Amino acid sequence: MIRSEVLKSIIPVISEQLVVCNIGLPSQELHMLDDQPSNFYMLGTMGLSSSIGLGLALAQREQVIAIDGDGSVLTNFGTLPTIANNVADNYILLIIDNGSYGSTGDQPTYAGLKTSLTEVARACGCENVVECKAEDTAEALQRALASKQMTIIVCKCESGNIKVPVIDMDPVVIKHRFMQEVRARNEQ
Amino acid sequence: MSVNEKIVADLVNNGIEFVTTVPCKQLAGVIDEIDRCDAIYHIPANKEDEGMGLCAGASMGGKRSAIIMQNTAIGVTINTLVTLIQYYHIPLPMLISYRGELGEPVACQVEMAVHTKALLAQLNIPTYHFHAAADVNELDTILKHCFMSKKPVAILTDASFWKGA
Repeated sequence: MIRSEVLKSIIPVISEQLVVCNIGLPSQELHMLDDQPSNFYMLGTMGLSSSIGLGLALAQREQVIAIDGDGSVLTNFGTLPTIANNVADNYILLIIDNGSYGSTGDQPTYAGLKTSLTEVARACGCENVVECKAEDTAEALQRALASKQMTIIVCKCESGNIKVPVIDMDPVVIKHRFMQEVRARNEQ
Repeated sequence: MSVNEKIVADLVNNGIEFVTTVPCKQLAGVIDEIDRCDAIYHIPANKEDEGMGLCAGASMGGKRSAIIMQNTAIGVTINTLVTLIQYYHIPLPMLISYRGELGEPVACQVEMAVHTKALLAQLNIPTYHFHAAADVNELDTILKHCFMSKKPVAILTDASFWKGA
């Protein structure tokens, strides 16, 4: 399975959840597959999906799923100790680890070579770290949501991309409708 | 009231509940005060762009946020300031230690000081420079301006300010 197939397989699990999605193809694929006001699409700023998701989880009570990639986590490696030391049990970090920089032409990342992000996350002090095969991602996510414990999921999948249109929504519109959704859910 | 207490009181009175910090010697006192403040969730960041991501998330979760960092971080965060904070209209007060100004003992700090205001000007970031102790009295208005305009705002605090404070 490649990333777009993983995303398709988890739509039934994440469609109703607050999702912060990584820059580039992951956001474009999620937008094409299942655009929701509860999705925050990053249009720039590689590496910060996990940080934005953690800030959001710490600031309000709804569950948050941050979708990140192996390349982006490598770019913002400092995020893992911050996550480990600021436990938010409404936070799930899903790292779709295809061992490559997918949005830039599938150049290999170190996570696809010797470096295990699962082991790094554990070494940083993250307590619930799950590594799963691509086809088991939906189940791992469901389990993490039900556990109501902060969880890092590292989904190992194949490298590869599909053709997908860019997102032409304005950033302020993405943020505004996402914030309205967050506020409405927290007021319930 | 000490200057550190005054700064933190202004943050709290402006509804700021989430503060991320990357330390600087000049900012040690204010960071201690943030730690003592029950109304603020203090989350130290490993790098300032990571901190801005945390602030952006907290802001979208309904909590006003701020970052405390050194001016060297302007060099680190330009992409994040432009493509996240400015692009999505996220208000972000940045309380910045302005190292490399008069009284600076470390020569290398001057190298970034000479670029600090030029970079902030190039980025169209409203910038305020605290040099005299009394300049802190403007902080409350600066914070209100930041949240009104939904922009990042830089408050440069130099060695003379901290010495006189």
